[in-house]
Amino acid sequence: MRRSLVVLALILGASVGFQAFAQKTTITYWQYAYDTRVQAMTELIQQFEQANPDITVKQETFPYNAYQQQVAASLPAGQGADVVQLYYGWLDTWLRSGYVEALPSQYFDAAALDSEFIPMVEAAKRNGQYYGLPTAVRSLALFYNKDMFKAAGIDGPPATWDQFVQDAKALTKRTGSRFTQEGFGIAPNGQGHNLLREVLIRQFGGQPYSADGSTVTYDSEAGLKAFEFYTGLVTKDQVAVLNFVPGDNGYRDGFIQLQNIAMIVDGSFAIGSVKAGAKFDWGVAELPTLANGVKSDFGSFWMNGLTPNAFKDPAKLEAASKFLKFVTSPDAMKLWLNVVGELPARASLVDDPTLASDPVYGPFIKSLAYSHATQFVDESAQRQVFMDAVNRVILENQAPAASWAQAAKEEQAILDKAKSQ
Amino acid sequence: MRRRPHDAPRSSAPRSSAPRPPDAPDRSRRRRRALSLSTREAIWAYVFLLLPLAFYAFLRIYPAIQSFDLSLHRWHVDPAQRTFLGLAYYRELIGDPKLHRALTNTLLYAAIVVPSQLVLGLGIAVLLQSVRRLRPLFRAIYFSPYVTPAAAVAWVWGWMYSVNFGVFNTALIAWSDFVTRLGLAWLSIPPQAFLSDPKQALPSVAAVVVWQQLGFQVVIFLAGLQGVPRMFYDAAAIDGANAFQRFRFVTLPLLNPVMVFSVIISTIATLQLFDQVVNINFTDQGGPLNATLTIALYMYQLAFSRFQIGYASAVTVLLFVLILTVTLIQLRLLQRRVEY
Repeated sequence: MRRSLVVLALILGASVGFQAFAQKTTITYWQYAYDTRVQAMTELIQQFEQANPDITVKQETFPYNAYQQQVAASLPAGQGADVVQLYYGWLDTWLRSGYVEALPSQYFDAAALDSEFIPMVEAAKRNGQYYGLPTAVRSLALFYNKDMFKAAGIDGPPATWDQFVQDAKALTKRTGSRFTQEGFGIAPNGQGHNLLREVLIRQFGGQPYSADGSTVTYDSEAGLKAFEFYTGLVTKDQVAVLNFVPGDNGYRDGFIQLQNIAMIVDGSFAIGSVKAGAKFDWGVAELPTLANGVKSDFGSFWMNGLTPNAFKDPAKLEAASKFLKFVTSPDAMKLWLNVVGELPARASLVDDPTLASDPVYGPFIKSLAYSHATQFVDESAQRQVFMDAVNRVILENQAPAASWAQAAKEEQAILDKAKSQ
Repeated sequence: MRRRPHDAPRSSAPRSSAPRPPDAPDRSRRRRRALSLSTREAIWAYVFLLLPLAFYAFLRIYPAIQSFDLSLHRWHVDPAQRTFLGLAYYRELIGDPKLHRALTNTLLYAAIVVPSQLVLGLGIAVLLQSVRRLRPLFRAIYFSPYVTPAAAVAWVWGWMYSVNFGVFNTALIAWSDFVTRLGLAWLSIPPQAFLSDPKQALPSVAAVVVWQQLGFQVVIFLAGLQGVPRMFYDAAAIDGANAFQRFRFVTLPLLNPVMVFSVIISTIATLQLFDQVVNINFTDQGGPLNATLTIALYMYQLAFSRFQIGYASAVTVLLFVLILTVTLIQLRLLQRRVEY
């Protein structure tokens, strides 16, 4: 009898102990599926769980093309992520529908974040509050095939756009009316619209938008020159054709795998793919400039935000905030750089001279100082406006001035509509 | 729907109200039992039908009603914060040029795809019917595109249509070289832009859809042809009807129900066209310049890349009404009574 009491007590004690043990907070983290990103995040989660044994982080990923769809469908049902990765350009769209909340002030101090992160990250801010923080940022640079350059007798990457066009002409090959090799892999849907919006317009002396982002200002002489230069690569200089290589990232596939594209403008996120896939000698250079030497670049980032799910109970909110801080810490950024190849978002790391002198990362890091992140209100619609503008000129032979003016009108309507909501 | 002959007596069997003759109790009991057996069978049938019905109601009908409700509200994750807008989105639909384009395109797809599938499907089925050897092989070949994922089909066709690498332009160039060498340069055809040309893009995508779904139509028509009794052809032949007349006056009228089915099914599929359009021009879905955009794709873009769920729901309701209307009109026009 006494023995059975002891057993009972032991069982009770053990179960109470287990219960205390089971008082763990579980949070769910979502990002899109991309091998190196998932690998980096898996390592970060392991480190985080070791340091915080009372928190479990569940990582779930979805194909890039189904990512927003998953978010759109799951969150309204109260399912899915507590901490979620989103492209900074989607912020307004998500915010309007309540998919992402401001970082709670008890854990995050906006003024401190302003100084800790590079200025570009302020694109994650609305009305003085941050809605997320990045683990990494990206900028654009010129990737070029050194073997093709050598074969064409060109010494190094072009420093000016004039030189760029000359080189591209030398690197373009045709049989009859068909292209067999492109000097420049034009991709209006890829980074092309960003190149036009934040690099070329500014280099030609224009401004894409008013300071508060509410008005389109590229419908100017400088803006038109930039647009004419960009579309001219196809219509006048004939160093590129639209959809040269079919597929989602045709311009990158052509550069890396098919080796029939000599130069592409792409983001630092492509470094990993190029490193893994390119079976030739390649290089990276800062984007060319005009004769006036004005440098400009497009910066962007994926940020980690908190969904309404994270706010459902205080323990969860604390755990989610802790995790968000961890994945945006300097150590996490160093790991991310090594595994994914994306640039750190903290000012202290960007100023590191060893990084700036790296032959691959260097051009991207240097350009962060003059990068602009567009304040999108409806990124996919705004991208479409630029693609259509380019298509009207290239596919329908419309005069650039008319097409550009129409684009400005269309995008202004998108900005106005977003403002009214 | 035509009623099958053997249904008639059972359903219209008059219930006998005449007094039973006292000398036949056995027969009446047997008859009552027979009735109750069929009733019991019917009850069981309803019970078994109820489960899928509940499933269907929950997964299809309820969301359909809900999407109508969503179309009246500005979307927000938190239902409490969804503001009621009434028919504002429907008014916006009327003035939305992109929707107009999607609507025209969708009808244009149907106008190309449905008749092509009907004519080609019937033609191939009739030819296959007259083939004795290897018929199953041919049938399998024609059916294989239908069981290939639309994404894979679109991807391969995207390459075939490619201006610089595609097989079509390679063939056109080879042809032009050939006729030029023969001194018939006027017969040459220059390379085409296909998907890159806003004018050619829609017919190019429509061709892929026809090609992919043709196998299904062929199989349906083959089944229909096999259901036409041999004796009608024999009788027509004795009356002196030639092959065309037999086709025109025997095959076609008897295939009418199959044709109605084929037209309605392919119309509904085409009005919902999405997969092929999304995958064939991945970098500019529905492009270039909205040339290939469909209603289903526009709805998807609104809902899942722009998070305008309310407006997208209004587009869905419009698509529903469109399909319903077109189907009802088709039923009215196509389903003529055919006397055998």
